Amino acid sequence: MSNILALIEVSSNGDLRDSTSSLLAAAARIGSPVAVVVTRPGAGSALVERLGNLGAAQVVLAESDQAGTLLVTPQVDALAAAVSTLAPGAILTVNSVEGRDVAARLGVRIGAGLVIDAVNLRSEGLTIVATHSVFGGAYTVESTVQGRPLIVTVREGAIEGPADAAVPVVTTVSLTSDARNSAVIDEVIDLVVTSTRPGLRGATRVVSGGRGLGSPEKFALVDQLADALGAAVGASRAAVDAGFVGQTCQVGQTGVTVSPQLYVALGISGAIQHRAGMQTAKTIVAINKDADAPIFDIADFGIVGDVFTVVPQLIAAIESRGKK
Amino acid sequence: MKIVVLVKQVPDTYGERTLDPATGWIDRAGSDAVIDEIDERALEVALSYKDSHKGTEVVVLSMGSKAVTVGLRKGLAMGADSAVHVLDAALEGADVGWTAAAIAAALTSTGFDLVIAGNESTDGGGGVVPAMVAERLGLAHMTFLESVDISADQVAGERTTGQGTLRVHASLPAVISITENLPEARFPNFRGIMSAKKKPFRVASLGDLGIDPAVAFAGVGRSVVLQATKRPARTAGTKIVDEGNAGVKLADFLVAGHLI
Ligand SMILES: Cc1cc2nc3c(=O)[nH]c(=O)nc-3n(C[C@H](O)[C@H](O)[C@H](O)COP(=O)(O)OP(=O)(O)OC[C@H]3O[C@@H](n4cnc5c(N)ncnc54)[C@H](O)[C@@H]3O)c2cc1C
Repeated sequence: MSNILALIEVSSNGDLRDSTSSLLAAAARIGSPVAVVVTRPGAGSALVERLGNLGAAQVVLAESDQAGTLLVTPQVDALAAAVSTLAPGAILTVNSVEGRDVAARLGVRIGAGLVIDAVNLRSEGLTIVATHSVFGGAYTVESTVQGRPLIVTVREGAIEGPADAAVPVVTTVSLTSDARNSAVIDEVIDLVVTSTRPGLRGATRVVSGGRGLGSPEKFALVDQLADALGAAVGASRAAVDAGFVGQTCQVGQTGVTVSPQLYVALGISGAIQHRAGMQTAKTIVAINKDADAPIFDIADFGIVGDVFTVVPQLIAAIESRGKK
Repeated sequence: MKIVVLVKQVPDTYGERTLDPATGWIDRAGSDAVIDEIDERALEVALSYKDSHKGTEVVVLSMGSKAVTVGLRKGLAMGADSAVHVLDAALEGADVGWTAAAIAAALTSTGFDLVIAGNESTDGGGGVVPAMVAERLGLAHMTFLESVDISADQVAGERTTGQGTLRVHASLPAVISITENLPEARFPNFRGIMSAKKKPFRVASLGDLGIDPAVAFAGVGRSVVLQATKRPARTAGTKIVDEGNAGVKLADFLVAGHLI
């Protein structure tokens, strides 16, 4: 089985990111997973056991004093070095901002083709075939790359892990990158996690609010329903632009693509760019005052009504059932 | 300061966008083409710097079919000083690797201090071309910037990743890409539209850029589409008008579907 390199993302406090399990599971589908982790010297060994539990057959700990200060360059260098020693069939990164940056630079450096935003991977003989969901799920496309190795960015959470646990073979390498061609990280301002709600990506239930909510204060109704359902909070771009909620909540063309079991759209008209981010949800519910809103064309259950009367009644009904 | 803004022509997101089932390529004839909105915002970043820094030169650059002319003209009308269109039949169906190679060659011929692109296009959505261009040119890149602060010898900004926000900077020359967090673009005014007609507009083939496709693209792993399948369209289900009990009815629907 060929080696499949998987670039593991580590958060600024040194933890494995949530994407790790899914990425190693993706690697296991097409070969033998090799986790490549870039950390400051000494910080990586604590991660080895967990990487093994998540399916890594090998772990390459690339130690660099520049980890966390140079923007993605140590990661590109670590993978380039691992490519030359391990001759992998493919290199996987998360389809995140960093993962795509690394894939892009590495692709040019080693002359490998790129497959972006795969939602599934399989081998057919020597060929690795990736599946993509295009135009918000309107199309399913299969692609591959001529020549080897190929680099694939894998959509966060698209492939369910963990792969079978292993006791990994560990190699430690030390790394110094050329700082001249790299951007510099001056400061990490971590997201303040204020909520115990599920994250939007990969959530099984999502409640989203649009411009129809009217104000940041009234947007609290979306939070309340989300909490009653144990759902993540989403929003339309109009709601984000109006400052009701942060950009990370945006669902759609230029926001997050979600594919939950249940999607509830409150005061959202259902513009084509919004639908591009949620139309693959299993069940769609919409509440909108305007009977002609396009969101109703794709809703399994649509209510023509005012969110401020329907939603409180719904929350009360959910809560009274919970008490029974 | 010379700023080159990379723009891409994409099918209008307001229309239905289709793929050619045979090639898996975007059917560009099937929908209206516009400059990607995010690239207009990238141009706005350059133009607003120019507003406050006399002597700044802004170039709009695009690789694409004949249709791109319209978009580049709009960029000139908005206030860019000149346009470069990389146009070559050999680039039809170019993947990100080829695109980055062609753009990097064009940038070498225009010269620049700063390259600004949109973070990801609304059609391909790859978000990788700017970093690939930077690697080809041996320069620093900063992608997905939510704020941009340009000074004489460096560019700084913030970018949010899934887990947090970073403050970053790079010395010029550099390549950056920006997100929708940056302001919407200005509209071209009448004076801009009139003066656009007189501005330099260069059309360059691969040969003009010194690229022999047989050499430059040899050994660059190329992505190929094997199959494209259209998902059946979703259909509308039940729709009710609230008569005072819709909240309860919705709760019943969710219970029946085991959703609560
Ligand atoms: C390049 C590009 C990318 C884009 N990307 C995205 C994207 O990623 N995500 C996205 O969402 N949009 C995106 N858009 C914007 C999109 O076109 C729409 O403008 C946006 O989705 C509209 O948001 P909305 O439905 O909240 O607002 P509106 O269209 O204004 O709809 C508000 C709705 O609320 C209803 N309403 C008002 N009050 C109430 C009430 N009390 N009770 C019930 N209903 C009420 C109204 O009937 C109306 O239907 C993009 C646009 C472009 C050009």
